[in-house]
Order: sequence, then C-alpha cells, then structure tokens
Amino acid sequence: MPLSKADFAAVLLTLELASLTTVLLLLIGTPIAWWLARTNSRWKQPLGAIVALPLVLPPTVIGFYLLISMGPHGVIGQLTQSLGLGTLTFTFAGLVIGSVFYSLPFVVQPLQNAFESIGRGPLEAAATLRAGPWDAFFSVVLPLAKPGFVTAAILGFAHTVGEFGVVLMIGGNIPGKTQVASVQIYNHVESLEYAQAHWLAGGMVLFSFIVLLALYSGRSRTRVWQ
Amino acid sequence: MIWPFARRTPAIRTVSGPGEIQARFKVAHPGFSLDVELSLPGRGVSALFGHSGSGKTSCLRCFAGLDQPANGYLQVNGELWQDSAQGICVPAHQRAVGYVFQDARLFAHLTVRRNLEYGLKRIPAAQRRIALEQAVELLGIEHLLQRLPGNLSGGEQQRVGIARALLSSPRLLLLDEPLAALDLKRKQEVLPYLERLHTELEIPLVYVSHSPDEVARLADHLVLLEDGKVSASGPLKETLLRADLPFVFEDDAEAVVDGVVSGHDPAYGLLALQLPGSSAGLQLPHAPLALGQPVRIKIKARDVSLSLQRAADSSVLNLLPARVVDWINVAEQAHVLVRVQVGGEQLLARITRYSFDRLQIQREQTLWAQVKSVSLLSAN
Repeated sequence: MPLSKADFAAVLLTLELASLTTVLLLLIGTPIAWWLARTNSRWKQPLGAIVALPLVLPPTVIGFYLLISMGPHGVIGQLTQSLGLGTLTFTFAGLVIGSVFYSLPFVVQPLQNAFESIGRGPLEAAATLRAGPWDAFFSVVLPLAKPGFVTAAILGFAHTVGEFGVVLMIGGNIPGKTQVASVQIYNHVESLEYAQAHWLAGGMVLFSFIVLLALYSGRSRTRVWQ
Repeated sequence: MIWPFARRTPAIRTVSGPGEIQARFKVAHPGFSLDVELSLPGRGVSALFGHSGSGKTSCLRCFAGLDQPANGYLQVNGELWQDSAQGICVPAHQRAVGYVFQDARLFAHLTVRRNLEYGLKRIPAAQRRIALEQAVELLGIEHLLQRLPGNLSGGEQQRVGIARALLSSPRLLLLDEPLAALDLKRKQEVLPYLERLHTELEIPLVYVSHSPDEVARLADHLVLLEDGKVSASGPLKETLLRADLPFVFEDDAEAVVDGVVSGHDPAYGLLALQLPGSSAGLQLPHAPLALGQPVRIKIKARDVSLSLQRAADSSVLNLLPARVVDWINVAEQAHVLVRVQVGGEQLLARITRYSFDRLQIQREQTLWAQVKSVSLLSAN
C-alpha cells in the first residue's frame, strides 16, 4: 500500500476542509458578488480590492494576521473565548475560517462576472412580469448565473485543496485535525520519504488537471445570454 | 437596488376621475432632462414619437416604474401608481403593466412556454383575463412553444415577448420600439399582430417609435416628443395635419386618411377607394379587397400638388376637389405646406413657395389636389 494511514487521513481532511469552505464561500460570496456587480457606491473599488488581496499576498501574511487575531489576545480570539469556544488556532474550525479568506476572490470574482454579464435586462423584464426582487433573483438570476456558480465552486474547492501557507501558520501540523495533504507532502519530504511524497504530489497534480479540464470544457459549452 | 430586499408597500389606491391615463414625469440628469405632462385616452394606441434622445423610452420606463422620477404622477384608468406629492410610488413588480422591450428580453434559460407562463403564474387566477392558448393563437406562436429563445428569429422573439407581456393581464401595455431591431421582412411579419392587438384588446397601449410609418399605421393618439418635452399631443389625424408645428416629420409630412373599398379594376390592377363625406374617390395599384372594407391610407405631402383647374390630360390618376384651409410658410425655406380639405378628410400639400405665390393661394379657395402616390397602411 503506497499511502499510509496518516496520508489517507490527510487526504480525507483536505476534502472535508475544501467542501465545507466551498459551501460557506458560495453563501458568503453570492451577496458580496451581487453587491459588487450592482452597486454604484464609492465603496465598490475598496471592497473589490480587499476581496482580491489574497490573490497577491503571500499566504504566510494572511496566516500571520489570522493567527494574531484568532489568538487569545486577538479580536476573533476574544470573541470566541467570550462565547466559550476557546481559541480557534490549531483547530479545524480555524482552518475553515482561514480557507474562506484565502479562497474568497476565487469565488467572488466568477460570480461577480456572471452577475455583471446578465445585466439589468432580465431583472427588469422579470419585474414587469410581477416578480418581486427576491423572486426575480431566484427564478432568473440564479439559473442564468449557473455557469458562474459552477466555475466559482470548482475554483474555490480546488484552490482550498492547494492551500499550504495559511494552514501551516494557523493550523500547524496536527494529524487528523489540521494535517492536510499539502502539509503531509512537506512532512514526507522533510523526512526524505520521497516515494510517499510522490504518491501524494502526483495525486494532487492529477486532481488539479482533471478539475481544470472539467472547467475549461464546461466553459466552452456554456450558453451565452442573448 | 443593490440587494433585493423586499419592501412592504401599501395596496394600490384608486382615484376617481375619467377612465384615462394621466402622467407627469420630471427627471433632470446632467445632459438629459424629461419634463412631460400627458393625458392619454384610456384605450387604443397612443404613440410616443420623436428622434432618439427625445425621451420616449425614459417616459415609458417611468410608466412601468423601472425608473422612478422623484417628481412624478401617474394614474392609469383609475389606479394611482405614482404621486410624489403623497409619497406614493408603486414598485414595478406591483404595477399591472406589460412591457415589450426593443430587444425582447426573453429568459434564455426557459423554453418559450415557460417564458409565457412566467408572468401568468405570478398573478392570481381571478385576475387573469387571457388564457395561454388565446395569447399563443393571437400571436401565431403555437409551433414555437417547446423551443429555447436562443433559437428564434428576431421577429419570433418579439412575438413571444408580446404574448408574454399580454399573459400578465396588464391594465396598460407598453411597447418600446418593438420593431426597431428587425429587418423589413420581420417588421412585416410582426406588424399584423400589433394591429390585431389594437383591434382586439380593451386596454390602452403606449407605443414608442421613431418610424412615421408605424405610427401612422397603428396609432389613434399621437404625442410628439422633442428634447424631453411634449411638443404636441392629440388624436393622430389632427396632429399629423397641424401645419403650425415645427414638423417632426419634416420632409416626411403626411396625412392619414380612412377610406372604404369601393371597387377594383382587374384590367389595370387598380383598387378604388371612397373617401368619407366626399364624392371623390382614389385609385391605387393594389390587389382586390372586399367591397366596403375600411382601409387606412397615407398620403405624403410631397406627393400632393395643387392646380387651379382640373388637369384633363395628366398622368396623375387621382384628382380631388379641395378647399384651402391654411398653410405654413417658413420664410427661409423654399417650400410651403398647404392644408386642404377633401370631403371629410384633410390632406397636406408640399409645394414650392414660388408656385404658392404664382397661384395666389387664398384661404377657402377651391382648387384641385393631384395625388401622385397613395400607400395603403392597413386593411382592418
């Protein structure tokens, strides 16, 4: 058996983390993307820039600030302690929060593009057909933005799977709790277990390739709004 | 609207008064302003006519509530939709309007049938005044029901768009240049359906257009818009004939006349029409139509010339006894637009100022109008 028990646990944990993060990101990212796509507010550009920050910052920077704020003296830390939850550093919940920040632009930007390309036209048509704003959002915007949601979910999931720096900073390397696949590869290389590292690393390459292939072939079949 | 929070709004109020449309919209943006006050008939087709940028579409969007001017009033056949003085503005989705967009705006993810049902499903069954089958039949789209909008021609999309708007049982149907994006062939395909709407619907239609032909063919009431202001508003025929207007139709000044088919000459392929209140008739090349059928025709001012005597040997087919009503004589222009009475109808004649002076045209003078060309607008 090329993969050890710890390797399997790491892979499973990675998938768990990525799935949960993706679901949360779609819930959080949709209103943010909707707001960014529709607003004329002067806060549009600053908020857009903040959402895009993880694209350019080294993950260690995000991890560092999250570590500080989730620690016993940080803002989030104080809050979670007052709620009786303890601190989130070196926990799975902490990893989820970190991943949400880290992968946010990969979900918000495809959604924002999808909403912007739909434009006001279909919403106005829906309004003249007696659909209230919520009704129009669910009956017209969501179905028309479906390709955007698929892209956002795939990118959010895949990017979270590939996370390393943030995990190491706030999650450490606790087997079964915060030890994800990318960290496990690092462990194997540290201990010169190249064969083990190959299996995990090769698996990640294959996984990423399949995800991107699905994304690109799906994109070329997407119907364009007329 | 940023995020679609539903807003609670009070029930629509009714106001007493004549069953008609009263509207006042005031919008001021840098580079564009709209300041209109309209009183339109409570049924039939009212056309908003003007050049692009004259405020036609803005006006229509205010009717629908898609734009909500801070200063506005709108009452449609007794329903109050906006009164900024009382702080009332019914949101678009609570107004019983049908809106036909220039670009159809069908929902690309739904079949034609589901598009039609979209508005239908959203009004209580008791308020539905037209069945799906009726609308489908009225617009001739039975064969399209299972198709997706992306596979339809422009003309087909527009017909589906009209049926979809009708199925929301509107109390006011708004059409924003529904033919503008179509080529001539598609226009001819959709126009007969628009005429059917006119004759078969009890509700008022407001039709935005910059095509004099469409307006002349469809409208009962004409509103001329210029730079966001109303320059004329009144019954179609009267308004077209108002020679005092700085004419929007300019070189295309024309008169619209209603006549009745009185015969057909198969040897020469000529259709004979009788004008109301006149012994005079008109002939035009056209296929035969049923005797007694009412038709609407258009006579361009440039196709009408005037002569003091009946020309006995002219190639012009139509010579009508006419009486001069009035004229517009624009000093710097070479032409004069003369309004003449022919039986119960009026025509415009565009003649040179030179000829006008030479013929010494006077009010109440009787003369002959030679009509070089007549076009049939519609046969109802």
